[in-house]
Amino acid sequence: MNIAIMVVIVMTVIGLIFGLVLAYANKVFSIEVNPLIHIVEDVLPKGQCGACGYAGCMAYAEAVVNDPNVSPSLCIPGKKPIADLVADLTGKAAAAIEPRVAQIKCNNAISESIKKYNYIGVEDCIAASMVQGGPKGCQYGCIGLGTCARSCPFDALHMGEDGLPVVDEVKCTGCGKCSLICPKHIIGMAPIGSHVGVICNSKDKGNAAKKVCAVACIGCGLCAKSCPYDAIKLENNLAMVDDHICIEKCNNPLCLEKCPTGAILPLTEDARKAFVVIKEAAAKAKAEKDAQKAEKAEKAE
Amino acid sequence: MEYMTLFIGAVVVNNFVLTKFLGLCIFFGVSKNLSASAGMGMAVTAVMTLSSMLAWLVYNFVLIPNGLEFMKTAVFVLLIASFVQLLEMIIKKQAPALYNMWGIYLLLIATNCIVLAVPLEMAEGGLSFLMTVVYAIGSGLGFALAIILMASCREKLRLADVPKSLEGLGIAFILAGMLALAFLGFSGMI
Repeated sequence: MNIAIMVVIVMTVIGLIFGLVLAYANKVFSIEVNPLIHIVEDVLPKGQCGACGYAGCMAYAEAVVNDPNVSPSLCIPGKKPIADLVADLTGKAAAAIEPRVAQIKCNNAISESIKKYNYIGVEDCIAASMVQGGPKGCQYGCIGLGTCARSCPFDALHMGEDGLPVVDEVKCTGCGKCSLICPKHIIGMAPIGSHVGVICNSKDKGNAAKKVCAVACIGCGLCAKSCPYDAIKLENNLAMVDDHICIEKCNNPLCLEKCPTGAILPLTEDARKAFVVIKEAAAKAKAEKDAQKAEKAEKAE
Repeated sequence: MEYMTLFIGAVVVNNFVLTKFLGLCIFFGVSKNLSASAGMGMAVTAVMTLSSMLAWLVYNFVLIPNGLEFMKTAVFVLLIASFVQLLEMIIKKQAPALYNMWGIYLLLIATNCIVLAVPLEMAEGGLSFLMTVVYAIGSGLGFALAIILMASCREKLRLADVPKSLEGLGIAFILAGMLALAFLGFSGMI
């Protein structure tokens, strides 16, 4: 009993002494931090995504206030408004930032895809991709275990019904965290407003690609040939769209109609409408041709 | 002579990291490059020496007279944690350059077992004040030696062709095991 009381007393006294010393030291050794750092930090979106290259929003705020060489427009989620604000606060000139969103470059639904094997293990794409490159037949495609969706600091990615991730373009800030974490590198960052996108990541050619996925880019190059502005190029048997040329010049996406597998998809409302028009025109032309042929055949008879 | 034995014993024979396997978290975490590990070694040595001195005072003048030796672990934890906090504040204010070098390591040390182990062994062995200081400096240098050795090896390993399955921590564990085996050679020296 005596000892118990002693313990309580000694611990309390020691704790109290240290507490007081620390409190006193906190006063004596306090350092004045530039209040601007806190103001700048308040302005930042606080997703702590690290897209700026610093450990977090606080670290970036400190760097941008203290170091004259750090650009005020490094915050990618904040886009232009935040860059302008930060530039205003720190007295620097904001550089132009191009707003971007994540683009999932795989359209091979998990439920319908061909499987190499049955994966039973940790529900994580990185873990799954370590086992023979993942259970999916296509070695370049989305594994669909949602690692990207879990990594999104802005809740802009979720797994759709077909097992593929879906980007919420309103919420997506373009920080690129998902693009870094995806073990298959199927998430690219595309400028907002791209008309069309090659929704495939397969570097296989022709039959090899088609065997494992019906909507794969087979590297045939028809889209590249059809594009009047040379916006599409083939790289490693995969079509790449130069979004800048596409957005600036093109309002008649011929490439959509040419693609034999449907790997190029319209992304904006306008492009979808244009696609429908092109498709109808093509169908009409085909019907006319057929009619002419039939007529000729009739005459010959 | 007694001090010499104690010192050598702490540095190599009973090296805290490679013989007693304490402080492995920072040993693996901060041994990726040489300059960081040297900074960590210095920080640990300094904190360990100062906190052991403080612990000796508290142990001999507060705990023993009150018959509370069994409370030493709890008291030392409290003591080290607050002391590191205090040290951090002082360094931050008085020597910002030193803080930039050590600052990030100080908080890692605050809850580290190796810093707690020295006061505990001091209490168990009934060392005198001067012996405690020598023992603490020896242990700190022993830690610095181990982590610097490890960091130099890991820097070399970066250029080596490591099998993919062993990359990173895997090869580091093997390396630590080999270093520990080498340090086994010192046992029996005193």
